[in-house]
Amino acid sequence: MQNNPILEIQNLKKYYPFKRGVFRKSNLHVKAVDDVSLSLEQGETLGLVGESGCGKTTLGRCVVRLDEPTSGRILFEGVDLATQNRKELKLSRRNIQVVFQDPFSSLNPRKTIEKIIGEGFIIHRLHTPQERREKIREIMDAVGLRPEQANRYPHEFSGGQRQRIAVARALALHPKLVIADEPVSALDVSIQAQILNLLVDLQQEFNLTYLFISHDLSVVRHICNRVAVMYLGHIVESASSHILFQRAAHPYTQALMQAVPIPDPFRKKESVQLEGDVPSPMNPPSGCPFNPRCRYSQEICREKFPYLEELETGHSVACHFPQS
Amino acid sequence: MNTQKEILKIKNLSTHFKTDDGVVRALNGINLTIRNGETLGLVGESGSGKSVTALSVMRLIASPPGRIVEGGIMFDGKDLARLSESDMRYIRGDRISMIFQEPMTSLNPVIRIGVQVAESLQLHKKMSKAQAAKKAVEMLNTVGIPDAEKRALNYPHQMSGGMRQRVMIAMALSCKPELLIADEPTTALDVTIQAQIIYLMNKLKEESGTSILLITHDMGVIAEMAQTVAVMYAGRIVEHAEAGALFGNPSHPYTRGLLNSIPNLNKPVPADRKLQSIPGTVPNLLELDSGCSYRNRCPLATKHCDSDMPFLREIRNDHLVSCFYAE
Repeated sequence: MQNNPILEIQNLKKYYPFKRGVFRKSNLHVKAVDDVSLSLEQGETLGLVGESGCGKTTLGRCVVRLDEPTSGRILFEGVDLATQNRKELKLSRRNIQVVFQDPFSSLNPRKTIEKIIGEGFIIHRLHTPQERREKIREIMDAVGLRPEQANRYPHEFSGGQRQRIAVARALALHPKLVIADEPVSALDVSIQAQILNLLVDLQQEFNLTYLFISHDLSVVRHICNRVAVMYLGHIVESASSHILFQRAAHPYTQALMQAVPIPDPFRKKESVQLEGDVPSPMNPPSGCPFNPRCRYSQEICREKFPYLEELETGHSVACHFPQS
Repeated sequence: MNTQKEILKIKNLSTHFKTDDGVVRALNGINLTIRNGETLGLVGESGSGKSVTALSVMRLIASPPGRIVEGGIMFDGKDLARLSESDMRYIRGDRISMIFQEPMTSLNPVIRIGVQVAESLQLHKKMSKAQAAKKAVEMLNTVGIPDAEKRALNYPHQMSGGMRQRVMIAMALSCKPELLIADEPTTALDVTIQAQIIYLMNKLKEESGTSILLITHDMGVIAEMAQTVAVMYAGRIVEHAEAGALFGNPSHPYTRGLLNSIPNLNKPVPADRKLQSIPGTVPNLLELDSGCSYRNRCPLATKHCDSDMPFLREIRNDHLVSCFYAE
């Protein structure tokens, strides 16, 4: 399996300091991402799922160093991005691009589509103006925008079309890895399907690797080869998509799947549901971060942190009592 | 038609908004019936008119620019569309109440939640402050807020999103309304919290017999909560049927397209990982013509659809569709 990782994240941590109390003790930290290791193979789509506040977006932002990681290594084709200086990082970022959730705030309203998509060429001083124009037209065509729309502004487009613009911008420099952070969450379902299909097509056409961050399990199952589930800054389970959705072993993953409403009124509803809220990351529980909500929780879960262990080939779980 | 008593009947309702660019026809003659004790799911994409329907029933359309231009909203023998504002005030919050999508923006941030829940009890049920406060704690208990007596003293920012939505539900149900309008009640919540809220709303509906108008874009939520479903597109109802019939035998091409475009956890993933998407986008509500508003995206469209708008017709018992070619 581990033949050709394009991205390897090793023991990545991102702590945010915060102050509290009379003496404003400053050695307290919110551990947004705590000791996460992941690897992505060339050409695959890895889904990163979890609820709000689990650290999935922070992890994605750390990979391109939009957020500075506290510690850990981010190996992209063997080179550690975490220690690169500005100049080196700029070169690396040509190969890693991001598509954000909200196409209403991720596009500069005062720039035309041509300028937005072509910004990468200018930053990296690529091509002549004539070539740039051609390349922009090509990529617009590839994402399903009409080339004559190049001189329009973002507000003239619908949400789905804006997300196509954001995808075009990400792909203009022919990156190897695309981090898609909730790329379809702000879109209506009929448009969501269009954009997901587009992402699948482009992946084949340009041999892309995706880190697909989402809270929507149905979407993740549909588009990802492999899935990692995050909870309170930790990866609690990871496996290939079909294994995870067939036999999830972590109680949190199971609860998450059970909670997804299925568009089928005849389905028998299972009564088990997850009680309570996600604990505050400022004051995480001791031992297993999931133990206060877990119905299999025992003494050891409150005392000892469960590390990620391989249950079967390619299927790892961080739980003292994995369910099978 | 089923003869069960109807709590709300919307007849040929049109709500338009005057803007600088022209008249936005948000609702174009919709017909909708909610029976006593049922949950009616109103589903559609953004801009289809779901929320305008809810706001029209509550008479919360800002005027100007909005106006109910024709049609009626029959509730308990009265036409809400023609009621005076002062009469409407007696109904709103008492006999019909509403919960909104974003619990943070619909609660007052500087008033303790117990006081906010008690407000409508004092207003509508003429309770004393102490009585209302006691009843408010009771309501918070009912909606599953632990330690309700202490929590009643909290301000909204001290609670999580799920807890805030529970407060909203407590507030909406405190006067035992006959109709509850829930506009995307779980959209801002995480899935595990969403599951809790769905469970809670279903349970409270069973216990109180309140009818619910549930507005959502999520077919999954509809399937878990609604007995009857109405699908909206561009300000019109395109299909209206019992949940089983709608999901089992969707008959409008839009409904079919919508159901096909959602990835379903219970269905196998196709080898090419492709979804069936609906081509194109929703029409501009400023430029609606006399034809079917779905025809530009519809696989069945013909010349007939260019010139005439199909009206809702009954193709099977209680199964209404507005399409010339639906069978």
